[in-house]
Amino acid sequence: MSATTLPGLRSREAAARPVVRRRRLGPGKPIRFGAAIGPVLLLAIWSIGSATGWIDQRVLSAPWTVVTTAADLIADGRLQSNLWTSAQRALIGLALGIVLGVVLALISGLSRLGEAVLDGPIQIKRAIPSLALLPLLILWLGIGESMKIVTILLGVFIPIYIHTHNGLRTIDSRYVELAQTVGLSQWEFIRRVVLPGALPGFLLGLRFAVTGAWLSLVVVEQINSTSGIGYMMELARTYGQTDIIIVGLVVYGALGLLSDAVVRLIQRRALSWRRTLAS
Amino acid sequence: MAPNASLVSTVQVRDLVRRYDDRAVLDGLDLDIEPGEFVALLGKSGSGKSTLLRALAGLDYDVDGSGELAVPENVSVVFQDSRLLPWARVLDNVVLGLNGAFDRGRRSLDEVGLAGREQAWPNELSGGEQQRVALARSLVREPELLLADEPFGALDALTRLKMHVLLRKLCAAHQPAVLLVTHDVDEAIVLADRVIVLDAGRIVAEETISLPAPRSAADPGFAAVRSRLLDALGVSV
Repeated sequence: MSATTLPGLRSREAAARPVVRRRRLGPGKPIRFGAAIGPVLLLAIWSIGSATGWIDQRVLSAPWTVVTTAADLIADGRLQSNLWTSAQRALIGLALGIVLGVVLALISGLSRLGEAVLDGPIQIKRAIPSLALLPLLILWLGIGESMKIVTILLGVFIPIYIHTHNGLRTIDSRYVELAQTVGLSQWEFIRRVVLPGALPGFLLGLRFAVTGAWLSLVVVEQINSTSGIGYMMELARTYGQTDIIIVGLVVYGALGLLSDAVVRLIQRRALSWRRTLAS
Repeated sequence: MAPNASLVSTVQVRDLVRRYDDRAVLDGLDLDIEPGEFVALLGKSGSGKSTLLRALAGLDYDVDGSGELAVPENVSVVFQDSRLLPWARVLDNVVLGLNGAFDRGRRSLDEVGLAGREQAWPNELSGGEQQRVALARSLVREPELLLADEPFGALDALTRLKMHVLLRKLCAAHQPAVLLVTHDVDEAIVLADRVIVLDAGRIVAEETISLPAPRSAADPGFAAVRSRLLDALGVSV
């Protein structure tokens, strides 16, 4: 409540001594379109630098060159076909990783034996970065598509497993008691209590997984690929075409932002019972 | 259930012993509850109230003990917290485990005065409303025995009074046998047909309440019962 809405005592006091409005601590009101200011500023510096010749075209192409290059790449179909290949790899790896992570989390979350068998190895795997396994995966699977998809999958299933398993194990035991007193069967218990209770954990894991999938994709596409955004960028490097490299970076960035937005949308929809707490 | 159910007790407890770490929390307890009878259970904390209720609810696995225990098949429990699943809408909470008995669930919500809130999330309701949903969830199962573990303990005094009226109405309509665990002597006298006092795992006092309804603390008979119960609880007034 602000001081001015208290009429009685406050106003009499104000007659004697004007109320000094305190300076608000904290950062203050949000700025309109504030999120755009930083990127626009960066773009302006880049444009001015390129136009005046401060920035060497061989080091960094001008923004307009990047735009026309992107238009050329779209016109001859190279960008679309490479993007399609990349998206396919990421989606297949992501889908398989989600299935694997959820299945393992359910087995180890719902049975003590499952946990004893699975949790240890998965925690060990978690300590090894997926990309460190690349030499071994290349020896086992070659440099084809399966190596790429398996690498993405290995990066994806860990966060899904960790967060879903944690979600399962932290379901309040009071709900388990409730399930017993209302006589739920094992299957109804899983469907009504366990799965919805673990959903927030799963969705958090999914956000990490999606970011992880793009990260792995970038690396695997720069190893002996003949297609994909990463390959397009690698090829551009050998010819010193910084404009194409930047087009690739922009595409990766846009994909990352877009997929995170999609997962957050799913999160908001699926956890609408929680939004009532936040709002 | 036995065919002549109306002639035998709904609850029969004989020589019930429950131990935690070799300490007897229930120590040779006997208790009968008749069909439709409302029994309130008073006791200091640690007297074994909750242990008895959990034993009757079948929630005391892994607890060491002996004795005979007969309860009906259809038992409902109301907990101190409403224990609604936060991710299920109010109606889904009421019919949890009842395979789509939505019409019965709606009628039950109407009975507790929450018609129209079927699609609300539990978090959108006040504490008193949540506890009314919990009552609806219990009564929609038409239990022969209703176990209530300090169901109004977390509510404010005014809401609690409204809940007393509601619970009496619901019990009159559904006629379950009730065992209400409470630490509130007045609540016990207002609601119950019989009040029992538990101490160190045994029943140490028992009062049959025959005061006319509506029971009021201003009634001299009320005051007499209350002082006897407080004595049994070891509180000198």
